[in-house]
Amino acid sequence: MSLELTARLPSRGFEADFGVADGETVAVLGPNGAGKSTLLGLISGLLRPGWGRGQLDGTVLFSAGQQQPDRWVPAHARGIGLMAQEPLLFPHLSVLANVAYGPRSRGASRAEADKTARHWLAELDASELAGRRPARLSGGQAQRVAVARALAAEPSLLLLDEPMSALDITAAPALRRLLRRVLEGRSAVLVTHEPLDALLLADRVVVMEGGRIVEQGPVREVFARPRSSFAAGMTGLNLVTGTATDTGLVDSDGVHWSGEAEAGLRPGDPAAAAFRPASVALFTDLPAGSPRNAVAATVTDLVPHGGLVSVRAGWLAAEVTPAAVSDLSLAPGERVHFVVKAAEVAIYRR
Amino acid sequence: MDTTTAAPDTVTTVPDATTAVRAPVPYWIYPLAAAGAIFVLLPLAGMAARVNWQEFPQLVTSEASLAALGLSLRTATASTALCIVLGIPMALVLARSSFPGQQVLRSLVLLPLVLPPVVGGLALLYTFGRRGLLGGTFEAFGLEIAFSTTAVVLAQTFVALPFLVLSLEGALRTAGTRYEAAAATLGAGPSRVLRTVTLPLVLPGLVSGAVLSFARCLGEFGATLTFAGSLQGVTRTLPLEIYLQRETDADAAVALSLVLVVVAVVVVTLVHRRSGLPLAAGIR
Repeated sequence: MSLELTARLPSRGFEADFGVADGETVAVLGPNGAGKSTLLGLISGLLRPGWGRGQLDGTVLFSAGQQQPDRWVPAHARGIGLMAQEPLLFPHLSVLANVAYGPRSRGASRAEADKTARHWLAELDASELAGRRPARLSGGQAQRVAVARALAAEPSLLLLDEPMSALDITAAPALRRLLRRVLEGRSAVLVTHEPLDALLLADRVVVMEGGRIVEQGPVREVFARPRSSFAAGMTGLNLVTGTATDTGLVDSDGVHWSGEAEAGLRPGDPAAAAFRPASVALFTDLPAGSPRNAVAATVTDLVPHGGLVSVRAGWLAAEVTPAAVSDLSLAPGERVHFVVKAAEVAIYRR
Repeated sequence: MDTTTAAPDTVTTVPDATTAVRAPVPYWIYPLAAAGAIFVLLPLAGMAARVNWQEFPQLVTSEASLAALGLSLRTATASTALCIVLGIPMALVLARSSFPGQQVLRSLVLLPLVLPPVVGGLALLYTFGRRGLLGGTFEAFGLEIAFSTTAVVLAQTFVALPFLVLSLEGALRTAGTRYEAAAATLGAGPSRVLRTVTLPLVLPGLVSGAVLSFARCLGEFGATLTFAGSLQGVTRTLPLEIYLQRETDADAAVALSLVLVVVAVVVVTLVHRRSGLPLAAGIR
């Protein structure tokens, strides 16, 4: 399954060429109003462009203003699944009937559809929810059921619109792990503004700004050397590569990083650790007796960033308040300790 | 007086007094609201006071009364069914699509709501009557509509349809299209989405619209009299019977009126129960 799309929507200031290769998961990042949801609407068939062309595996999805006559395949005939920001489970149907809805729509018998639904509920650790009404689910449970429902329809391409945004921080990691499992080898587009999601779930990242694609490439490349202002605004997620150990990883300089390892990661595996600049605290003197990760580094840059200050030291970045900068008398050339709690460091297989 | 034992009693009563503070209503509103309520309820009391309770059972079970009541229930049921069949597509088109002249069409469709029913009856007569616009066509098929029970159903449907369309259109707009879009991305075609998602989601609006239409059908008078006439057992519905009896037997007219009031109260209560919303929830 592969997708190619080019479209212009002058009313929304949208103009983009976009593609997904067979089995590839593409993360679409960008600020609010960048055109991410417009892109998903165009792919899924909920938006119709005045000019453009889209095709899925050689089948034309839409074609407007081209040489040949206009073509339009409606959303229900595209075989493209869309998981919106909210789960949107049908409130009048049970969880099982919700998940069986896709197979039933494709003409499966009730028994077959229920079987498919139970399979996907099990796949998303949600079997025990089958008999419930959506109103009686927590946010995380509803989102898991919504993923099961989208997958049960067997879409050739799955679109996910910020699936984690409505979840509290305790439920997000579990859904992220599940998505990592089900998106493996599947063609998917993931809209997110969480760099960690892109890092853990996607093969390639596309950065949008003002309705246009401003940057794209393999995830690690974009994060390591951001060129667009948005990617740079995320101050490049801190990334450390090395080898997995029992409690974290050892980088090429022999520094040990402890963190939350993903399930199934074994010592000796090639691994990477990622943490947000906002999770980093700075100290002039190393606090004693704490189990946290600490690295001493020389400040190279101070960059104002949305009310905060981004403190860079080579590849390391921290985001602190202006008050902290003056308290610590931070300036380029000063030596400080970058400290991050183990719980804030995600360690995963490379 | 032992204050240490008295104190806990005081404390336990405090939480019960807690109520949410609402935006206050000016004091002068209350007497006006009360006057309005009295204006609506007093005539009902006045009528109830005139009921001849001794003869009430005989009055409402006379042959003419039962025939009128039966006819009213049958025609109102048939008209409500017709309102549902025609009203659902109309509400869907008004709520879910956009085309030039849609606002004008909506106004025209709601016309029977503000039109005097007698005028509606005349319009129907000059459309379906023997010498009407379509009368000749129907006559060719051996159908004569005016002054038949069919005419009663048409007259009632004509005046009641806007109630269903308004309720349902409001419910459709409130429900929004997000669930329908979700169903489409799961592979459901438009007919399946309508049957399995749209209609179940707006069911409360549909039910309250249907009940309102039924109530309007039961009370229909002017259009029925003009278009269908007043033949006992054929077109003389309960309101027509009441009007007729008023001339000769006021006691019977009052007794039958009370029956209609009771039916109306039951219907209004049903709508409130079923939807949990004010009657006008769909009419915005």
